[in-house]
Amino acid sequence: MQGTKRQPDHILNVEGLAQLLRALRADAYRLVGPTVRDGAIVHAEIRGIDDLPAGWTETQEAGTYRLVPRGDGALFGFSTAAQSYKQVFFVPRLRLLKLRRKDSSFTVEHDAPVTSRLALIGARSCDLHAIEVQDRTLLTGPFADPDYAARRSDLFIVAVQCGQSGGTCFCASMGTGPRSTAGFDLALTELFEPHRFLVQVGTEAGERVLARLPRALATESERVAAEGVVEQTAQSMGRRMDTTGIKELLYRNLEHPRWDDVAERCLGCTNCTLACPTCFCSTVEDTGDLTGESAERWRRWDSCFTLDHSYLHGGSVRTSTRSRYRQWMTHKLASWIDQFGTSGCVGCGRCITWCPVGIDITEEVAAIRRADGACSGEGGAP
Amino acid sequence: MNTAGPMTPRPVVVRNIHIESDDVVTLDLATESEAWSFQPGQFNMLYAFGVGEVPVSMSGDPSQTDRLVHTIRSVGAVTEALCRTPLGGVVGLRGPFGTPWPMDTVRGRDLVVVAGGLGLAPLRPVLYDVLRYRSDYGRISLLAGARTPEDLLFKREVERWKQQAAIDVHLSVDRAPAGWNGQVGVVTSLLSSIDISAQTVAFVCGPEVMMRFTVRELQRRRVPAERIYLSMERNMKCAVGFCGHCQLGPSFVCKDGPIFRYEQLKSLFWLPEI
Ligand SMILES: Cc1cc2nc3c(=O)[nH]c(=O)nc-3n(C[C@H](O)[C@H](O)[C@H](O)COP(=O)(O)OP(=O)(O)OC[C@H]3O[C@@H](n4cnc5c(N)ncnc54)[C@H](O)[C@@H]3O)c2cc1C
Ligand code: SF4
Ligand code: SF4
Ligand code: FES
Repeated sequence: MQGTKRQPDHILNVEGLAQLLRALRADAYRLVGPTVRDGAIVHAEIRGIDDLPAGWTETQEAGTYRLVPRGDGALFGFSTAAQSYKQVFFVPRLRLLKLRRKDSSFTVEHDAPVTSRLALIGARSCDLHAIEVQDRTLLTGPFADPDYAARRSDLFIVAVQCGQSGGTCFCASMGTGPRSTAGFDLALTELFEPHRFLVQVGTEAGERVLARLPRALATESERVAAEGVVEQTAQSMGRRMDTTGIKELLYRNLEHPRWDDVAERCLGCTNCTLACPTCFCSTVEDTGDLTGESAERWRRWDSCFTLDHSYLHGGSVRTSTRSRYRQWMTHKLASWIDQFGTSGCVGCGRCITWCPVGIDITEEVAAIRRADGACSGEGGAP
Repeated sequence: MNTAGPMTPRPVVVRNIHIESDDVVTLDLATESEAWSFQPGQFNMLYAFGVGEVPVSMSGDPSQTDRLVHTIRSVGAVTEALCRTPLGGVVGLRGPFGTPWPMDTVRGRDLVVVAGGLGLAPLRPVLYDVLRYRSDYGRISLLAGARTPEDLLFKREVERWKQQAAIDVHLSVDRAPAGWNGQVGVVTSLLSSIDISAQTVAFVCGPEVMMRFTVRELQRRRVPAERIYLSMERNMKCAVGFCGHCQLGPSFVCKDGPIFRYEQLKSLFWLPEI
């Protein structure tokens, strides 16, 4: 993915795309792409073009997700997949260690790291940004997570420029999309009449694969058409978040009455954190067998909406839903910036879609901004 | 860290056990040959085989490199298993982690050490360091509080420091039987009995409420925010910045702390449930 280069754009027809996927498999890449499963479009392992969600799209609104037929053969005619790539690289459950008693001491074994080559097919701009955001936590801190590093070490990325915005997307206002400008080997824009793909080359690796496929050079009018597709997506985005001074806004409103208001609605179900492509909280579980001879250590996803997350002897630090929602939102949008030099939100909208009561992070920020400085708590320095 | 990854404990042997009180034990941990080094205020993740892993501060003398000393209160499954480890038994260890007490800033100045309950454990390495290089420091005061005289940590040692007069020791308990000749009350009340100079630095560790009262009192005595240091506690699952549990506003207590300058925390310190 290194060394973005300005290249002429190309055209692949549908058969050309099929060949691209075959070529990647021939190069020993496992393909992870969008596919229909259990009534949603998800990222999963696919074998080829036939597994793509041909003719399907979805409607997403606060608290709802519905798969609907499009009436055409579009392969990428939807917005964000229900799940991000988080579960591919930062897996929901991972055995970290196996331990065994030996003499009076113990020995430690590790499972071999997963090092398969992965090709991400149809990656969206927000999801690529989310990978970069997670890298900052799991790769570039004082310590690197060896499992995460192994799983994302050999990637080929075929991005797709979004042809429609989902009902909950707001990437345009977060500066994370809908146009992918970097971080891909190849980027496709799906065009119709006739059904074909404009291909932008991001890297030399991308160029080399493309060279093996039947393709044509894109014409000027095809380039203009492709530009128009993303532009139209950006224009039609229904939601936005005003991020002006957002860190300071949230830091100075930690006792805002809106936290009480949202706490009335929030079920504390953890859906938003699990759906979020950047949330990285995990817990560690140590278990032992009945004989006391062997033990294991597992890591699994956790959420700041649980009471255990802040548990200390004597009770949790954040006992109220108000304080847990505040932790979530201020972490995403404010303290993340202090910790990692970037927002923790890429505007993918998943937390809005998958919230059972339809809480909308963009609306919560707007409400705080409207009454900036309002105070319902008694906190503050003496 | 080794290639096995930062979540891998290694076995260390319990070389010495010291019973401090009903529920507090001090363990000396060592391997055959290893020389350890740590700075006062740092902690390790201690693992009880098959039970769990928890953060525990180093409470020993930093100049003793053949062992790592930890003082543990049994409050739940993991600490109980650690406290029950027999002599010669093995526990797992990862570390050291975290920021140290800023010994350099205290050199040539007066130091007030305020400890509530088990808070004395992570402060004991400070006192060892101070006693070792006593002439580098000004007046040193130790204000330690506990629930009862029984719960006061390191009693014999504290008594010895008191006798030697190298440290100005003041003790206080919440409840006392007859015969107790120290103070009864909260540890903050001891602050009124000591001199505070324009150069005084304060190190504070204890339950969060106790630290709030202490900070308030120190500020009333005109110790500025940049010369008050606190050791903070949060749930920790990794100690290496991955698990997110230890967040305190923008800080990760495991790597940006546990020792913080009060100035850094000021805006959050008084907020409930932060
Ligand atoms: C920086 C720092 C320094 C500390 N220094 C000291 C010290 O010097 N001395 C001292 O006594 N205490 C110290 N503590 C507090 C100590 O870590 C807690 O008392 C301890 O975590 C309690 O664990 P427990 O399991 O015994 O109790 P519980 O209250 O039952 O459990 C608390 C936590 O233990 C962990 N845990 C329990 N079971 C498992 C399991 N199966 N797998 C993984 N984790 C599990 C979990 O994190 C759980 O939330 C320190 C804490 C911090 C943050
Ligand atoms: S906070 Fe919501 S919109 Fe932002 S990245 Fe996470 S799931 Fe997407
Ligand atoms: S928002 Fe909550 S779950 Fe997500 S990373 Fe932050 S603390 Fe963890
Ligand atoms: S203890 Fe896991 S991030 Fe600090």
